[in-house]
Amino acid sequence: MVNRTDNNTKISVKNLNLYYGENHALKDINMDIYENTVTALIGPSGCGKSTFLKTLNRMNDLVENVRITGDIMLEQENIYDEKIDTTVLREHVGMVFQQPNPFPMSIYDNIAYGPRVHGIRDRKKLDQIVEESLRGAAIFDEVKDRLKKSALGLSGGQQQRICIARALAVKPSVLLMDEPTSALDPISTAKIEELMEELKKQYTIVIVTHNMQQALRVSDYTAFFLTGEMVEYADTETLFSYPQDKRTEDYITGRFG
Amino acid sequence: MMKKKTRPAETVLKGLILFSALLSIVLLAVIIIYVVNRGIQNVSPSFLTTVTSARRGTKGIAGNIVNTLLIIIVSMVIAGPVGVGAAIYLNEYARPGKLVQIIEFATEVLSGIPSIIFGLFGMMFFVETLGLGYCILSGSLTLSLMVLPLITRNTQEALKTVPDGYRSGAIGLGAGKWYMIRTILIPSAMPGIITGVILAVGRIVGESAALLLTAGSAKLLPVGIFGKKGLFSKIFQSGGSLTVQLYLSATSESDFDTAFGTALVLLVIVFLINVMTKKLTSGMNRCSE
Repeated sequence: MVNRTDNNTKISVKNLNLYYGENHALKDINMDIYENTVTALIGPSGCGKSTFLKTLNRMNDLVENVRITGDIMLEQENIYDEKIDTTVLREHVGMVFQQPNPFPMSIYDNIAYGPRVHGIRDRKKLDQIVEESLRGAAIFDEVKDRLKKSALGLSGGQQQRICIARALAVKPSVLLMDEPTSALDPISTAKIEELMEELKKQYTIVIVTHNMQQALRVSDYTAFFLTGEMVEYADTETLFSYPQDKRTEDYITGRFG
Repeated sequence: MMKKKTRPAETVLKGLILFSALLSIVLLAVIIIYVVNRGIQNVSPSFLTTVTSARRGTKGIAGNIVNTLLIIIVSMVIAGPVGVGAAIYLNEYARPGKLVQIIEFATEVLSGIPSIIFGLFGMMFFVETLGLGYCILSGSLTLSLMVLPLITRNTQEALKTVPDGYRSGAIGLGAGKWYMIRTILIPSAMPGIITGVILAVGRIVGESAALLLTAGSAKLLPVGIFGKKGLFSKIFQSGGSLTVQLYLSATSESDFDTAFGTALVLLVIVFLINVMTKKLTSGMNRCSE
């Protein structure tokens, strides 16, 4: 399917099936996600791309009546192994949501939330993590004088970068982004896309997007989902230029979706 | 054609609505003025700091004020955590379904039960069966049952308004459920919780029937903090609240001066509680913005 081999496999999905009760929402997904790349998941609403994203850090565990079969290997470990501690898993696989969701507390406390969850209490260490993370999300200069102020006072775009910084603060190696710019204006969107380019040097990024232009701009690989199936997966250029499947072609040329 | 039309029905209705509005304000004002007028001459520093004693020739409600405060505190220590805990369970842990619906319905019904029925139950169960006797603890336990729905409902409503994004955000960072509840949900729901607690305090301050049957009517002041006659022992002894005293003053004691003095003190307390609620909740809403 995908021929490029210059990056190591970070996540390997094998025969993944997911059911919401009787509804077969993800059908036999097989996919390798490569280290230090951006992988975009595209497809029409309800195709399962967000559901798939959430399987990568087991956020679906919270949903009732979900049944999952198959394996997801994060490096050497199967994240659906019974012995996996989801707290530790989510330390490795961070997530940024569609709606910016900073907590109703100060900017500092927002960023320090994750490290505190994982037991870091030392003030100096936290200060350092907060600064690093804010710098990593390219928002440090905008907020450095108001770290003690509520994060809810920031603009939507700033809030989303705060959420990215918050995710970075637990030092994950994978970053999942669920339509991170769909609630933002074009300028904030551009900033976040630029940021992703920077972030992939250190992180493996998987992004769900509705916007095919965005997938083209930011991603190295793209997977096209339709009604719970992964129809096609290739490096982004190939997928958009030479789609192998008729359905992919129809979708990217705007015939449906 | 476009000329203004007079619509008689509308004018009459408007008048009626205005009349109702005025009536309700006037009635309230009359009651307040009447109570203040009859009560003010009885409320002196000694009225507030001594207890009625024929031997010393004093007349006062200090004991009842202390009893009321004790009842508030003990009830809140019991009902606060239980009510908030129940709300958290119903909202965050229990699977939505029949059982939760039944519990929610039950709390709704519970909050509509006349307080004297709680009093009767408290008398049978806490005073008699558990053998606690007529004391502040029995009264507080009874009132706890009574105000539990108030706290639970308010907390639940507050929890429901916490955006789901906060929950998934915290879980996504690896937080365990209880950690998330403790650090995000409870602080976010705090204004609602406080409102519930203060409403509950308001009901407790105003309650008489349930206390008459459970907490007794003693008006002595505790002496010291610890010890047999101290504040803590008082919890296990008979103690009449302000409302109970008012009832007794107006009935068996036929002492209307004390009754109106007590009424005025109660009015002031209720007023203060309302002001406090407004201040606290608006202050908190500002913090979380």
